[in-house]
Amino acid sequence: MITHIKPKSGLSNIDLAEIWRYRELFYIFAWRDIKVRYKQTILGVGWAVLQPIFSTFIFTVFFGDLVKIPSGALPYPLFVLIGLIFWGFFSGILSHASSSLIENESIVKKIYFPREILPLSTVGANLVDFAISFTLLIVVAVYFHFLPNPLLILIVLIGLIIGILGAGGMGLLLSAFNIKYRDVRYILPFFIQMLVFLTPVIYPTTIMRPSFRYLIALNPMTGVIEAARVVFAGGSNVNWQVLGISAISSLALFVVGLYYFKSTERFFADLV
Amino acid sequence: MNSIIEVKHLSKKYKLGEWQKYFTLRDTLVGISKLPFNIFRKKENKGLSKGEFWALKNISFKVSQGEAIGIIGPNGAGKSTLLKILSRITPPTNGDAILRGRVGSLLEVGTGFHQELTGRENIYLNGAILGMNRREINKKFNEIVEFSGVERFLDMPMKHYSTGMYMRLAFAVAAHLDPEILIVDEVLAVGDAEFQEKCLQKMDSISKEEKRTIIFVSHNMEAVQKLCSRAILIDKGKMVKDGNVNSVIDIYLKRSQQVSKISFSKRKDRWGTGQVKVINVNFKDAKGENIQNLKCGEDVEIDVGFKYFDKMVKKIDFVIEINSFYDQNKIVRIDNKILRKEIGVKDNPVKIKLHEIPILPGRYQFSISVLGKEGEMYDCFPEAGLFNIDYGDFYKTGTMPEKGQGYLLLKYDIE
Repeated sequence: MITHIKPKSGLSNIDLAEIWRYRELFYIFAWRDIKVRYKQTILGVGWAVLQPIFSTFIFTVFFGDLVKIPSGALPYPLFVLIGLIFWGFFSGILSHASSSLIENESIVKKIYFPREILPLSTVGANLVDFAISFTLLIVVAVYFHFLPNPLLILIVLIGLIIGILGAGGMGLLLSAFNIKYRDVRYILPFFIQMLVFLTPVIYPTTIMRPSFRYLIALNPMTGVIEAARVVFAGGSNVNWQVLGISAISSLALFVVGLYYFKSTERFFADLV
Repeated sequence: MNSIIEVKHLSKKYKLGEWQKYFTLRDTLVGISKLPFNIFRKKENKGLSKGEFWALKNISFKVSQGEAIGIIGPNGAGKSTLLKILSRITPPTNGDAILRGRVGSLLEVGTGFHQELTGRENIYLNGAILGMNRREINKKFNEIVEFSGVERFLDMPMKHYSTGMYMRLAFAVAAHLDPEILIVDEVLAVGDAEFQEKCLQKMDSISKEEKRTIIFVSHNMEAVQKLCSRAILIDKGKMVKDGNVNSVIDIYLKRSQQVSKISFSKRKDRWGTGQVKVINVNFKDAKGENIQNLKCGEDVEIDVGFKYFDKMVKKIDFVIEINSFYDQNKIVRIDNKILRKEIGVKDNPVKIKLHEIPILPGRYQFSISVLGKEGEMYDCFPEAGLFNIDYGDFYKTGTMPEKGQGYLLLKYDIE
């Protein structure tokens, strides 16, 4: 094995062979995050179930019962829970990935490995959380006597891929940004809170003007959440156009995020 | 013999203001207003613009397989920068390096250890971060545990480990990395003597028996002498000497003495905001005369003169640490906060009176830091100066322990 060290300028290459060599690091970082996340909590993994339950309860009381936001064919609790769980997957990756480089500062400064592994490995722990909360979702659906359309499996798969690309891309961008500008730490919580209102989590897009519905489809999770609601109600008339826009948008986010990440990567160890 | 490492004209430029570790958006918005002018300026790697300096300048050397080479030099000389470049953590500005073989770098012991995880879990975590895969770790697991000697605590979270246990486990993982090239930075600066000895022996066998190449940075001259046959002396980013370990160490020691004779206000081997700086340090004996060599058991006064560049600063704290010079162990710390003594502008110079110096004869180094009330570093002088302690009749018995039999002298009675 020969390593040639030379000055770097501009964009670093994405060395797929090298990422493959370090593939176990994805697994190890994800495993560490899962192990650490619920240590020293009384309820442990129970939080992955309790958080969406609490939110569903609050949103149902305020937006379902009081404001009476329409929820189509689904009862409001199931409607909002679908939104919350997919949104939770997206925002979880986004927030963990954004802080990943800063939180692992000591490793970044002392050891070489392909840096993109850190933000991208946050997907692992969020997948586990998703699996747990998704089980809860199935239980709730059964409780309300809803049998999802078999198309659900496809929609969940597409949804996860869109979520990983979209949140992963933004996470790459923000994690690199966070190294240089610690402002990100303060902006991010507001940003995520704002995004939740730009995502049809507590409301359906049917209450919007049609032109606006396509605009909001640029938000990667829009198409996913809308499609998941259709199949949970037993239908199969998924709006593939909206889902397609969301998919393209998530891919674009990923490319932009990765581009920015790779073009600033060489400064990471000097700046952290 | 074919060289396993070839370093050619390696240079690395940094911007000044290291202590401002990150920027805020505000800083950049200010910078953007100047951008239109900068954009047309051609990027030039060779020169220095304002506020830049060479952390490393034109370093070239070759290392053959199985060689253990020590990199020595004062703090801030560029040793760690060199290792960071060779470990690919940061790219060089100019020049290049070729490494023929798998590189294992150990710039810090226990990188990535997680306090909440158990020792067993951390072996896998740390091993993976250092570049081992699970199969390799499984194969070496028992060896690692045996070397570390922490079997009984393997399933306990690391936060309950003592520093010693932590270090032993961390070194054990790294030592079993099996790289063709091992890059090691100052790992011996921590840990007890027994542990240091064990680490050195392990590195020695890695280099001599397994014929692996080691690049070793240390302030500990004894360790460098034991492990390495060749050394490179770096100072202010430049290569001063490359050669036989003993001759290079000799040159280094001579230079250290010369540096500590330069007046404090002119010295550049310091960092900090500069709001308050140390401008002179004098050792005085009981008669008030300046001395170079102190004597065991006698009183000494250290006068430290400060200069307040920032008129807003009214109060400061300072810390003086005394280290043994050859093996870099911390001996004592002098700290005004421990005596609950406030230091203000008019306390200048500060007079520190040491009573009956209880330190064994030998060569010592001291560091001085000046801090603000919020802990901000005004002036940090890691290698402020050297002094000798000569034999003196500490016990009034005409005898005392010899060199190597500890560092401190204790007043005691036997009845």
